[in-house]
Amino acid sequence: MNDKPDFDAHAHSAHDPDQRGHFGIFGGRYMPEALIGALDELAAEYDKARLDPEFVNEFNRLLRDYAGRPSLLTEAPRFAEHAGGARVFLKREDLNHTGSHKINNVLGQALLTKRMGKKRVIAETGAGQHGVATATACALLGLDCVVYMGEVDTERQALNVARMRLLGAEVIPVKSGSRTLKDAINEALRDWVTNVDTTHYLLGTAAGAHPFPLMVRNFHRVIGAEARAQILDQAGRLPDVVTACVGGGSNAIGIFHGFVDDPGVRLVGIEPGGHGIESGEHGATLSEGTPGVLHGAMSYLLQDDDGQTIEAYSISAGLDYPGVGPEHSFLKDTGRAEYRVATDAEAMDAFRLLARTEGIIPAIESAHALAGALVLGRELGPEGLVLVNLSGRGDKDMDTAAKYFGFGES
Amino acid sequence: MGLEPLFAEVGAEGRAALVGYLPAGFPTVDGSVDLLRGMVDAGCDLVEVGVPYSDPVMDGPTIQAAAETALSAGFRLQSLFTVVEQVSAAGGRAVVMTYWNPVLRYGIDAFARDLAAAGGLGIITPDLVPDEADDWMAASSAHGLDRIFLVAPSSSPERIARTVEASSGFVYATAVMGVTGARDQVGSAAEGLVARTREHTSLPIGVGLGVRSGAQAAEVAAFADAVIVGSAYVTSATTDGVAGVRALTEELAQGVRRTPSTIG
Repeated sequence: MNDKPDFDAHAHSAHDPDQRGHFGIFGGRYMPEALIGALDELAAEYDKARLDPEFVNEFNRLLRDYAGRPSLLTEAPRFAEHAGGARVFLKREDLNHTGSHKINNVLGQALLTKRMGKKRVIAETGAGQHGVATATACALLGLDCVVYMGEVDTERQALNVARMRLLGAEVIPVKSGSRTLKDAINEALRDWVTNVDTTHYLLGTAAGAHPFPLMVRNFHRVIGAEARAQILDQAGRLPDVVTACVGGGSNAIGIFHGFVDDPGVRLVGIEPGGHGIESGEHGATLSEGTPGVLHGAMSYLLQDDDGQTIEAYSISAGLDYPGVGPEHSFLKDTGRAEYRVATDAEAMDAFRLLARTEGIIPAIESAHALAGALVLGRELGPEGLVLVNLSGRGDKDMDTAAKYFGFGES
Repeated sequence: MGLEPLFAEVGAEGRAALVGYLPAGFPTVDGSVDLLRGMVDAGCDLVEVGVPYSDPVMDGPTIQAAAETALSAGFRLQSLFTVVEQVSAAGGRAVVMTYWNPVLRYGIDAFARDLAAAGGLGIITPDLVPDEADDWMAASSAHGLDRIFLVAPSSSPERIARTVEASSGFVYATAVMGVTGARDQVGSAAEGLVARTREHTSLPIGVGLGVRSGAQAAEVAAFADAVIVGSAYVTSATTDGVAGVRALTEELAQGVRRTPSTIG
């Protein structure tokens, strides 16, 4: 029964932040006083729910009967030929309902929304994966749903906009700032402070003010718990490296937590290198940023000398974010995890390679982790074993891919 | 020291203080000095000098646009201290209103030191609550600056008690649940929030968010110690420059001097 969800994902552990949400110096609550009451309410509700068998069982039931968990673990031998001959296994979050890991967190938070007696949910989205997942959970549970999405992203992810609208959500294009994920979060926070009595802000990544980083992580810990049991079963041992893409960092923190207490397993996050670090156009927050405060928490941040946020860039809308979840900052500074970069070009090469060697089209976000795995596999050599979190599927990215590879041209 | 003399003076006149906000560097650094000096000259008891910031989550479209204008014009944080210095040199009293990350990046103690040296009296911190403010408590004490934290209609009695305990100078009560922006009506929650806050402190209490007219100023002045106006100043500066902010100040200054019975 090793492939059952980890029913202890919500139990208190040594990896929880302190009472005020600090992971070392990171995390906390840098938020307007007007929202502190709602954050306190949410933290108290989650503290009750995480120990309530009824809540945990309902969450696990939805993961199994609705989202389709456990997701598969698939070995990728033809892809691995390009990774120095190391064995490569893919954790297939792309096979979940709605096509990515995001469904785990939204089901958990939507259930919490019902418990709090709130009827309206707002969310931000970059690539649209979290927006689609949120719209899905709201349809399932009968909640009103408003999704804020940067105008730039509504254009490059038009398919997901249509999906959200079909599911009954209102999608609001955000025209301020860089018109991407960061600004969608700003606009969602402005909505929340205005409507906090009736509204839950269903944040899509393990970032933001306490309790979001803790809560979102725990909703995604099922990924790591399943993957650990599956790889022991299929490969007979723990992997040398677990790798995942990092934008805000929710899929990475979810899979990392399955292995964080296994000192022999390296945890490697792959950040979007965009046009290359030297170009200045990237989203490599942990690799290139400095600690600061954005969207409610202390964490690494792309910022200038005056503390103004620097706009991130990535071909992948879901990684196009200048901040990162505070626990990743903590894992970086303690040395438990390492963070590297894959450029647009490296990610797109890996994207096409996986399609052609394994018949799996990954999300461009996840293709960054695949690009990282190619390098890690070559470093490890034929004895190596790499576990990649394939966090989402690539259907939504076909326009971008067709343009990038020139498939539209005759 | 700090803002205490100001509130003693306006209290002696039996009225509320008028507090006006504009971002530094809006529309340019020199332009913002002219505007703020005009506000002081026309009757603002205190000016809030805002720090333009890339991600102003507590601000509505008007102040967002002003911050973008300032940043696009090349505003750098160092100019903030120049603006405060020039307002103070002209006889004005100034506090700074800033999101926390620019202060963090500059260095909390260095920021407090340089602000105090420029003649600034304190900082209003819209996204810093006392829970995370240990370093700011130390730096403000070391440099003699007031700490103006915010209370909101959603604040519990425990939160209000904790916030006023950490505050000095005055307490900023946000009149409505929402972002900055002029409104036709000041929230009905404001008066109740001020009353709930007074149960925990003898500090002056200022009310902001939504005030734009003399009549509204008079209404708020009936129950608060300071009337805080922001977006309406940005709008008047945008349309009519120094003349605009002077005219608005004169209207609001009359408002804070009107007795409640004359509101009608």
